[in-house]
Amino acid sequence: MKTLKGKIYSFGNNIDTDQIYPGRYLELTDHKDIGTHAMEGVDPDFSRRFERGGVIVAGSNFGCGSSREHAAITLKNAGVVAVFAKSFARIFYRNCINLGLPLIMVPDLDSFGLSEGKEIEVDLAAGILKTEDRVHKFLPLSEDILALIENGGVFSLYRK
Amino acid sequence: MHAIEKILARAAGKKSVSTGEIVTAGVDVAEVNDLYLQVVTSFYQLGGTKVKKPEATTFVFDHYAPAPTIKAADNHRAMREFCAAQGIDKLFDVGRGVCHQVLIEDGLVAPGAIVVETDSHTTTLGALGVFGTGVGATDMALILLNGSLWFRVPEVMKIVLEGGPPGAGVMAKDIILHIIGDLKQDAAIYKCVEFTGPAVAAMPVEERFVLCNMSVEMGAKTAYIQPDAKTWEFLATMGVGKALREVDTDPDYVYASIHRYDVSAIRPSAATPGSVDNLAEVRSVQGVHVDQIFIGTCTGGRLNDLATAARILKGKKVAKGTRLVVIPASDKVMQDAMAAGHVQTLMRAGAVFSTPGCGPCLGAHEGILAAGEVGLTTSSRNFPGRMGSTESRLYVVSPATAAASAISGTISDPAKL
Ligand code: SF4
Repeated sequence: MKTLKGKIYSFGNNIDTDQIYPGRYLELTDHKDIGTHAMEGVDPDFSRRFERGGVIVAGSNFGCGSSREHAAITLKNAGVVAVFAKSFARIFYRNCINLGLPLIMVPDLDSFGLSEGKEIEVDLAAGILKTEDRVHKFLPLSEDILALIENGGVFSLYRK
Repeated sequence: MHAIEKILARAAGKKSVSTGEIVTAGVDVAEVNDLYLQVVTSFYQLGGTKVKKPEATTFVFDHYAPAPTIKAADNHRAMREFCAAQGIDKLFDVGRGVCHQVLIEDGLVAPGAIVVETDSHTTTLGALGVFGTGVGATDMALILLNGSLWFRVPEVMKIVLEGGPPGAGVMAKDIILHIIGDLKQDAAIYKCVEFTGPAVAAMPVEERFVLCNMSVEMGAKTAYIQPDAKTWEFLATMGVGKALREVDTDPDYVYASIHRYDVSAIRPSAATPGSVDNLAEVRSVQGVHVDQIFIGTCTGGRLNDLATAARILKGKKVAKGTRLVVIPASDKVMQDAMAAGHVQTLMRAGAVFSTPGCGPCLGAHEGILAAGEVGLTTSSRNFPGRMGSTESRLYVVSPATAAASAISGTISDPAKL
């Protein structure tokens, strides 16, 4: 699995799915359209300032609230390549993994000092995150889940 | 084992399971709501042709019903076509009500069942001794395809409600807001929350739903209340006479944590704008002007909620400058409320009624808040922008507080009425 390189977009605790993807856009079904409203409930400018390949870093309980898969679809289609948080809400977690978007839970994420705009390099399989001057370790995802992610999600298992 | 573990084990064809284990369990009832055309799309993308258990599959049009936009209407039509093509008879179309309430009323929910819906508040069903949980579109598509899904056997948190009876104006909503405010939004991520104790036993089943419903606001995967005589009485009115699987917890089961609350010490409560765990006593936020009050949803729109509001608003008028929107959780609730005279009482007081369903709960239609407006809602969430503008301010309260506040047009304590 190749390493991910990207810029950090940082958020706080309890970012719920209404902030990730506001309810008023739930009728949209085209994934490209859905991808244009990422994080709009917390940062209306996000779509404009986000550079594809970026990584979201957040506090605890990221993705709480509704079961809407749009929240996972919007991040994936906006070009988010990974999300690091202290903890994730469970439905959101399942939704993202199913779509092949890696979510990495790091309880002591604060100690990594990952601030907005920093460039990082992530080796998902090895559980290594590098910033300009430091190297951090995290518990890697299980092999099954890594394989799922590498193949673009659960759909790959059924398309064979 | 815990009752929840027994349900999962039996549904997975196993003698026993333990916490943390991943099991693939058969799903007894699957429900797709009208936000989720993606389920149909994913089903075909996964190579699906025929739904495995059409008789155990249901669709409910509640979130965007009646369709407020052409796009929503297109989605409804595509879902109707899917149900017709797949032989899915249980399509509850526009106006039948909110998914959780509708499944219960249709007698589809029996103790011991595994019920999965594309909605986070499926935890509601735990009040009937059910393993109820929400999933997203791709997981649901997998259920339609395989009739089963993998689950992690959850830890169980026990919440014991003691004391009582609750004080004047205190409803289940106040109790659960108090608990969430105390334990916080992420206290139960991935866990099952069980409610027990004398104050739960004394509570009508309609109120128990509120506890289980709002457990998801602490991150719960599922909620649970051990069925008792009241549960069975309630189930009989829905045409359910027996459990689907055994539901009891072994005396030696070890809970992840135990939390005790004395309900007689809880006062009318509110979640103040921004987050469900921003707890305040209603008396401490009294006097705030309110533009719109919404009584409805899967947590605050049942007969008991409408009856409480009608009792408070009888012979009174909604204050000038405040709107009161009432949306019964289902058409059955609406008819029962009409038969009891509650709808008439509320309309005479100045309430506006809308089609049974979710209404403005998720900010899609039927009462969206403008920037700068203050809303009171008996629903479950007040995240920024949940019911409209991110610049609006939304308080979650009980139906009693909502009704009391309608009279004055400002947040008011129902304990004083
Ligand atoms: S009423 Fe609100 S919380 Fe309940 S299912 Fe509908 S949108 Fe969700």
